[in-house]
Amino acid sequence: MVIIERRPAAPARPPVRTRARRRRPWPTIVLFLAPALLLFGLLVLAPIVVAGYASLFTWNGFGVPTEFVGLENFRRLLVDEIFVGDLRRTLLLVTLSILIQLPVSLGLAMLLNQPLRGRRVYRLVFFAPYVLSEVVTAVLFTMIFSPNQGLANHITRLIGLGDLGATWLADPDTVMYSLFLVISWKYFGFHTLLYLAARQSIPPELHDAAATDGAGPWRAFRHITLPLLGPTIRISVFLSVLGTVQLFDMVWVLTGGGPIRSSETLAVSMFQEGFKRFHVGYASAFSMAIFLISLVFGLLYQRFVLRRDLEGAVTTMGDRR
Amino acid sequence: MKARHAALHLLSILVGAAIVVPILFGVLGGFKDNGQLFTNPFGLPDPWIPGNYTDILGSGAFWRQAGNSVGIAIATTVGVVGVGAMAAYIFARYAFPGRETLFTVFAIGLMFPFAVAILPLFVLLREMGLLGNPLGVVLPQIAFGLPVTIVVLRGFFRGIPPEVEESAVLDGAGPVRFFWRILLPMSRPALGTVSVLAVVGSWNNYLLPLIVFNDSRWWTLPLGVQQFQSQYSADTARILAYVTLAMIPALLCYAFAERQLVGGLTSGIGKG
Repeated sequence: MVIIERRPAAPARPPVRTRARRRRPWPTIVLFLAPALLLFGLLVLAPIVVAGYASLFTWNGFGVPTEFVGLENFRRLLVDEIFVGDLRRTLLLVTLSILIQLPVSLGLAMLLNQPLRGRRVYRLVFFAPYVLSEVVTAVLFTMIFSPNQGLANHITRLIGLGDLGATWLADPDTVMYSLFLVISWKYFGFHTLLYLAARQSIPPELHDAAATDGAGPWRAFRHITLPLLGPTIRISVFLSVLGTVQLFDMVWVLTGGGPIRSSETLAVSMFQEGFKRFHVGYASAFSMAIFLISLVFGLLYQRFVLRRDLEGAVTTMGDRR
Repeated sequence: MKARHAALHLLSILVGAAIVVPILFGVLGGFKDNGQLFTNPFGLPDPWIPGNYTDILGSGAFWRQAGNSVGIAIATTVGVVGVGAMAAYIFARYAFPGRETLFTVFAIGLMFPFAVAILPLFVLLREMGLLGNPLGVVLPQIAFGLPVTIVVLRGFFRGIPPEVEESAVLDGAGPVRFFWRILLPMSRPALGTVSVLAVVGSWNNYLLPLIVFNDSRWWTLPLGVQQFQSQYSADTARILAYVTLAMIPALLCYAFAERQLVGGLTSGIGKG
């Protein structure tokens, strides 16, 4: 990942191996590791365990949960049309992202890889939305989609689609697509950048050789670029799916899950149940659903898809030095 | 070749416009009034009305929110980089039983969403009396930022040749001294990367401040923007001005740290 450019100064004395530090490493290990373990254990792991525990109770969040109901919350979840709808909507967004957002990002990365004047400016601009917070983005787009003064309707009227453009976030049939539009606006630059970085690390000799052999740009892309971008594409799909499963800020601010709960995501439902209705036990079941979906997807994906790519990061085991 | 070039340019300009137009709509819209927004959505403001911007800049609420965002981002970044670097140092250079398991737990933490922990976190922070306290935002942000920090820094620390450490030990430096005086200064690029990630993450966080801060005194910019939107829901131009002002720090920071951020994101994605 990272190459160190700075070389260490030659040792002033001959490098006599010493065991001074290795003799008593435990105090150092404990001293250096304790803060991270404490914070991570107390504020990340414990809450997730507590969420799992709370999901087995009917609980309003005050005092200690006492009304044990076992897996009843999960049984309810599976027949709750909100939950089933959340899953369906998540799947819709994932599908749209993989079929539209990521291919477009890939195309743009190929574009930016061409010798093009002002390439750096384009790169800077494409990526800019990524640094804006989801809330700021969502508020901006609420204004853009606003029925009267919003930009969106002005544009559709301008290109002669006036009647189509009235609803956007207000219509259950269009709200998810409007949402997808905003998500794409914010995140496609991020994926473009990943692809661009990967594309630029492909040695030019490969494409030169292909050109010498008479391969056109499409064949070179299909048989050289695409396979070599494989690891990056798989990572970008991974991040896109996880991001969608956990989506909250954008939806909460843009629509609040409406109209008539037609744009709710898992996290929005969790928030509604837990912080608005104080059904903390049931909300915890939503939390656990998000957790299990993320974890199972993440682990399966790593096991079967990323196995070849991720040497050294998340999956490194037993690689001691 | 010329035609192809022109087509490429056209396409890039179109995409660039799709990105820029919403932002420009916000910036220019803030200088219009609502009548102008309706009749003249695309053009420059005529006349320019700076009142929306000057009102907000003169109000104090905006500055307080920006200040809170800055303070929380700095505290989070210092915390997560410090604590994370210490842990990454151990994971990178000390062998002890259970190390890889422990590291894997942190690494899997990359996949733990905030939303899962938020309810029990809320209960926990309430018990600890940290609701309405910036620490209630900073500490969880540090905890959730640890995975990416540790993964990136461990990779970097491993690349530093062991001879450096050995010669430091020979010169009488203990592990704390080596860590503080040699390892950290040598790791500036990697520290920069994780710092930028921490700043961006903290700056954009919404859910945690939303549940922790009831009192507007501690609100961060994302909370302020949303609150402003519901307060002035009919006054589009005024909201656009607020959104624009809230975007400026992030965009400035991005323009300044672009290389670091981009390098960090593309290297931190787990290629080891």
